[in-house]
Amino acid sequence: MRTKTGVAVQIARSSDASKRRRIPLSVMVSIAWIVVVLLVALFADQIAPFHYTSLNLPDRLIGPFDPQHWLGTDELGRDVLSRLVYSVRISVVVALAATVISAILGTTLGFMAAHFRGPVEHVILVLIDFQAAMPFLVLSLSVLAFFGTGLPLFIALMGLYGWERFARVARGLALSAAAQGYAGAVRQLGASPRRIYLRHILPNVLSTLIVLMTLTFPEIILMESSLSFLGLGVQPPMTSLGNMVGYGREYMTRAPWIMLAPAALIVLTTLSISLLGDWLRDGLDKGLR
Amino acid sequence: MTSTILELRGISRSYAIRQGLLGRKVRFRAVDDVSLNVEEGRTLALVGESGSGKSTTGRVALGLEPPDDGTVRFRGAALPEIDSPAWRRIRTQMQMIFQDPLAALDRRLTILEQVREPLDIHDIGPTGEREAVALEMLNAVGLGTGHATNLPGQLSGGQRQRAVLARALVMRPALLVCDEPVSALDVSIQAQVVNLLMDIQDRMGLSLLFISHDLKVVRQISQRIAVMYLGRIVELGETQAVLSNPLHPYTKALVSAVPVPGRPTHARIVLEGEPPNPAARPSGCAFHPRCPLARSECASDIPQLTVRRDGGAVACHVVASGKVCA
Repeated sequence: MRTKTGVAVQIARSSDASKRRRIPLSVMVSIAWIVVVLLVALFADQIAPFHYTSLNLPDRLIGPFDPQHWLGTDELGRDVLSRLVYSVRISVVVALAATVISAILGTTLGFMAAHFRGPVEHVILVLIDFQAAMPFLVLSLSVLAFFGTGLPLFIALMGLYGWERFARVARGLALSAAAQGYAGAVRQLGASPRRIYLRHILPNVLSTLIVLMTLTFPEIILMESSLSFLGLGVQPPMTSLGNMVGYGREYMTRAPWIMLAPAALIVLTTLSISLLGDWLRDGLDKGLR
Repeated sequence: MTSTILELRGISRSYAIRQGLLGRKVRFRAVDDVSLNVEEGRTLALVGESGSGKSTTGRVALGLEPPDDGTVRFRGAALPEIDSPAWRRIRTQMQMIFQDPLAALDRRLTILEQVREPLDIHDIGPTGEREAVALEMLNAVGLGTGHATNLPGQLSGGQRQRAVLARALVMRPALLVCDEPVSALDVSIQAQVVNLLMDIQDRMGLSLLFISHDLKVVRQISQRIAVMYLGRIVELGETQAVLSNPLHPYTKALVSAVPVPGRPTHARIVLEGEPPNPAARPSGCAFHPRCPLARSECASDIPQLTVRRDGGAVACHVVASGKVCA
């Protein structure tokens, strides 16, 4: 009896250990960092020591490690840490919303192409090629220049980023499922297309789509940063990571911390999500083998 | 006399394939002028080598693909248009069993959920009882209730095919089209599944269209047989009669290829050459380039299926002229 439980405990321990070993350190750190970023975005109001617009002109351009302003102040005496916290919120909201829009739009169009075939599929495939061939930055620059820079429009525009990849993957997976596999079998049972796509195909391709989302998310953060840097993204007094970098560049030599803090945050966050996505994809490939 | 449940009249189905990047589209006839009857409660076997159009015939028979030409009648009525509500409703009466059961099952849902699904789709029976009905059907196909909560990946090949069978049968269909249902299984499991099919056919009065290339299985399960070559039926008749006394040269070669203990191997007829490309169909009788009995007319005229005294039918000029006696 005793030896049996001993063996059982040992087995349990060793399997625990092997499970833990399977998550590499870099991925663990990435996950921790993403959690921190999400928490900051969620509780920005509680965390930020100052409001992101509160000016304090006598305290302009204070360097970092100041007891009151840990990351220093900018050219108008605004606390860089507080602005960073609110920037994270805006950037995460924009990127998250845009990624979800892009995934839903792309997957829907991909499924439609696979379902209707014929002319509908042709039109969608042409749209996909058009989107893939068009430099997205140029497209968004022209749209923002003509239609102004409201936050909803900006999010909607970012939501167009990368949808063609979701559409391609969703179409391919749906086609292969319908040709030979379970989707064809369920159709032949008499199921409605809604049931086939929502109950059968979508859950089966979801893991692939989630990995794709982890690739799109950092790219949208970068895209948002680039556009904000160029002055066409998030507009002051609102603040975002790219916006902070953009306006901080004028003080790059005199007060580099204004720009370096958000820049470092962009790098770390996108890197973390990419590492996580990479690891997820490896895990899924193994699962499929 | 048994009544006909499924009737195919002059079915043709062709596909367009493009050869090469800039090549012209070539239409090839996968199925060419095929007529068949499946009788109520009996089994018709459809045999032929790969590429002979037997799977396409099965799909057309079930209404999963429209024929280019000809009609399919189920219980005297033409099949409704694909994906229409009427088409979905008629699925409860005709079902398909696939060759690869793992591909035909959703890997993420348990066996019970999948067997229950047809009842949910067609709203058959009270919601609370559907699970019990599904479990009962799992028992009937010999999958114990212990497997009900398993995922398809946790079952063996034979068990998966039983699950697919249970899913098809839970709606109590009248017609089952089995597309090579056992060819992906081990030989020992094949016999079990075939016996199960015959057993269920007896109990539920099912009519079967059994597509296979395995004459041993066909001999066991079917009463009638149709032999296909390159999209056309070359011989049709009672299974016993056709297999014991094949008339068409192609059927002869097929039958002689089945190893029988005690028979000397030199009695085998070995066909020369490969089955021709369906896109480049030989003129006249499609079989004539490989036929040991071919004559000049075989290269020019397509032989028609002619019914013989014993009820069988053969499409062959040589047999029709009586030069080769049966």
